[in-house]
Amino acid sequence: MATPDPNDPFPAPTAAGVPGTAVPGAPVVSATPSGPPAGGSVEPRTTSQLTDIRRRFFRNRLAVVGLGLITLLVVVAAFAPWLAPHDPLRQDLTNTLAGPSGEHLLGTDVLGRDQLSRIIYGSRVAIVVGLASILIAVVIGVALGAVAGYFGRFWDSLIMRVADVFFAFPLLIGAIIIIVVVGRGVLPVVIALAVFSWATVARLLRSSILSVRESEYVEAARSLGASRWRIVTRHVLPNSLAPVLVYATFNVGTAVVATSALSFLGVGVSPEVPEWGNMIAAGRGFVGVADYLWIFPSVAIVLTVLGFVFAGDGLRDALDPKLR
Amino acid sequence: MTTPAPADALLSVEDLRVHFRTDDGVVKAVDGVSWSVRPGETLGIVGESGSGKSVSAMTVMGLVPSPPATFPSGRIVFRGQDLLAADPADLRRLRGNDISMIFQDPLTSLNPVFKVGDQIAEVIQVHEKVGKRVARSRAVDLLGEVGIPNPRQRASEYPHQFSGGMRQRAMIAMALALDPVLLLADEPTTALDVTVQAQIMELLVKLQQDRGTAIVLITHDLGLVASHADRVLVMYAGKVAELADTETVFYEPRHAYTYGLLGSLARLDQRRTELLTPIPGAPPSLIRVPSGCPFHPRCAFATDVCREVVPALVEQDRAGHLASCHHSDQVAGAANGEQAARAAEEAARRTTALGEADTRPDAEPRPLRSDHP
Amino acid sequence: MGKFVVRRLLQMVLVVIGATMVLFACLFVIPGDPVGSLGGDRARDPATAQQLRERYGLDDPLPTQYVNYVGRTLRGDLGEDYRQRRSVNEILAPKLVNTAKLAAAAIVIDIAIGLFAGLIAAVFRYSFWDVLVTITTTLAIGFPTFVIGILLQKVFALNLGAFPLFGMEAGFPRAYVLPAFTLAIIDAALVARLMRGTMLEVLRADYIRTAFAKGLSKRVVVLKHALRNSIIPVVTYLGISFGTLMGGAIITETIFNWDGIGLALINAIQQQNNPIVIAVVTYSVAIFVVLNLVVDILYAVLDPRIRLE
Repeated sequence: MATPDPNDPFPAPTAAGVPGTAVPGAPVVSATPSGPPAGGSVEPRTTSQLTDIRRRFFRNRLAVVGLGLITLLVVVAAFAPWLAPHDPLRQDLTNTLAGPSGEHLLGTDVLGRDQLSRIIYGSRVAIVVGLASILIAVVIGVALGAVAGYFGRFWDSLIMRVADVFFAFPLLIGAIIIIVVVGRGVLPVVIALAVFSWATVARLLRSSILSVRESEYVEAARSLGASRWRIVTRHVLPNSLAPVLVYATFNVGTAVVATSALSFLGVGVSPEVPEWGNMIAAGRGFVGVADYLWIFPSVAIVLTVLGFVFAGDGLRDALDPKLR
Repeated sequence: MTTPAPADALLSVEDLRVHFRTDDGVVKAVDGVSWSVRPGETLGIVGESGSGKSVSAMTVMGLVPSPPATFPSGRIVFRGQDLLAADPADLRRLRGNDISMIFQDPLTSLNPVFKVGDQIAEVIQVHEKVGKRVARSRAVDLLGEVGIPNPRQRASEYPHQFSGGMRQRAMIAMALALDPVLLLADEPTTALDVTVQAQIMELLVKLQQDRGTAIVLITHDLGLVASHADRVLVMYAGKVAELADTETVFYEPRHAYTYGLLGSLARLDQRRTELLTPIPGAPPSLIRVPSGCPFHPRCAFATDVCREVVPALVEQDRAGHLASCHHSDQVAGAANGEQAARAAEEAARRTTALGEADTRPDAEPRPLRSDHP
Repeated sequence: MGKFVVRRLLQMVLVVIGATMVLFACLFVIPGDPVGSLGGDRARDPATAQQLRERYGLDDPLPTQYVNYVGRTLRGDLGEDYRQRRSVNEILAPKLVNTAKLAAAAIVIDIAIGLFAGLIAAVFRYSFWDVLVTITTTLAIGFPTFVIGILLQKVFALNLGAFPLFGMEAGFPRAYVLPAFTLAIIDAALVARLMRGTMLEVLRADYIRTAFAKGLSKRVVVLKHALRNSIIPVVTYLGISFGTLMGGAIITETIFNWDGIGLALINAIQQQNNPIVIAVVTYSVAIFVVLNLVVDILYAVLDPRIRLE
């Protein structure tokens, strides 16, 4: 940290521990114009860029919390069969709408199914749908966005027009159409979400590539004789992918919410699948009577989404070289 | 150690310290700096990036936000008032009105969403009770005065529609709108093309002559200072290295850093085979300023005392020439030596040239054209 | 400026055409009996099926079908509702108005709370307000709309009885409060974050320093110079979010039984009343696209650098 920016009229006091924020940018003391740039009195450090990114990420406490929440989600999803105390699908009509107890830590629903187990298994749907839909969206979006950004002209126009069409549908509405046509289920939801998310990725990557392509360090590489391929893989791609990575992280959270929203509305996964949205929909009729039915799945959703939001924030701050 | 400011000083900075508290330590951006400006004169402040020259100017204007900056010592006296201790409302009255500042990058220094004419009119309206139309028409006049063609039309345009040079002219118009007695110019030409640089400096000189404004010219460009400043302040690592009038600084430097700076300049009267002598190393981090004289790690004249004792700013051969170097005499000698060497060379060269012409006594002046029959 | 608008209008037309193609593809081309998906239960009976076939020209080649469909849509003829045999437009118009009212209320909340909160947070950085705003906006993003809706319903309607549980009967403003807040909260949080971020960036700009150097007071610098610049992305975001409020409206209307097009959509899906489904989607897309155009124009109006290319 060198001299803080004297131009900043509203700067931080000693900016250390405010979570999730980084210290305002500062002009770095530069080498003398009349001398060869030598080490000076700053100890030279030979760390790679990845290590720097990793370090910045882990210094951000919120980001670490986010990562922790995500890990928790993945672990719960992976080990669901061992973690769940009961079979999530097993109905017990003698024990319906029982409040939290020793036997059923989070109570049972209207069909006597154990809530805790259903929540645990719900994490599987959340993570599968969230990751899968965003993964597909990213693959399609990066491919098309790269073509549009790098090859320009005709391809650019074509792909961007197509993207515009998909943009015209708000995510939920577009997803609903697909579900209406194809039917409910996990796969339809994944496809529906992916179909209406790739356009944002493509646009993001394209504008990223456009700005990187014209930047000076690419020109420098080109003037040094670097081959087109090398320029693309070493310079253009890593820098253009950063915003996409951040967006993808945020949007896994969005996808999880969208999934549960669709299920809540009755146009998501099938009703008997243990899924948080489904559970909240079922619990809705019992608001005020059996609140535990909708509160706990809600908490699960909130924690999951926050995990991705924090991690996304942290990733963005870690990747941004200007340390904003 | 500060010397008392001359009685007729317009602005005098006395032992100013500006320290920033950061996570990594205290950044001593300005550490005991004193200078003054007389009415109508041009003071050049030179130094590398990070020498503290910009920060001292911004402190005069009160543009350095306090936290994280602290001012452990110092006064900035303007018209009998200490600006550092002044009431914010008073300071605001001075800004743009009695003391103005222009900055390095005119594109980012102008608000992109407001018309240029409106931005100039704004400074007038802030300080004087005039209506919008009057302020606007004065703005148009000012644009004309700074050499912008078609000022009426231009005033209704936006900054991005101006060229770099024009923008800086507009900034100057804005700064001089209310006829300040002092203009602080922070690297006014650095972001401009070379040809435009000259034009802008010409403009500043003309305006200074017309209005008698004092100018503090902050730059890293020694050439600029040589041609436009009356006196020069050389800063290094937040401290004053040398202060004298321009000729003295360039021909009789007394600080090793000044000497090094001058030595690293390419000069027209240098023999082509002579090497440029850059100053080795890089400027120090302002958090871990070297002990003693901050320049000692890079100094050719440095000895043990330089590492241990901070040199005081003392008067040199004549009044008004100050330097903070333990070995100012040696530097003076070296400078003189160089001067002598160059002078001797010059003389030798001239004699050789003349010699050829004058060896034949009473010769007929040689015709300049050969008329062969 | 005129050229800009014309260009964007053309783009808009293209996009709408493309969107209708997508819709058409979904409903008519994806394998499955088109009549079945059109007619719901009633179409199983062969006579009705044939009637529908002829009516919707389903025996015609696909391109003809598509052209007919687009033609009818552009003329505003979105068909008839099965149950009530009334024009779909007739049924949906009042509902559209209801949704619009709700969305407008939500936007007002977004501006009043979101913009203001973001502004305060940026200007008084690291103060209690800033921390409060930052924390609440971050948390708010994590809560899905339906969770917020149910929560508000429980606390304010059920427990406190301050507002009606659902329905529009209580009129303005009581009936509007809970649904509008449900709809608006997440957006307001995003607006606040955006405003804060943009404002922080703007306040670091050189022209803000110049404004101070001119002797302007902090209030003028913030409210005139800084705000005018930071409001640009926020306004454009608000414009777009009016469109996405359509999506959120579905959930809110369902929870609060608000008689708008979102609720109509959900009901229509359950009743397999496809003309309504298609109509609602078409409305949403059309509104969204028009709003995008408006937003682009607004951006050009607000930012002279775009306007005077």
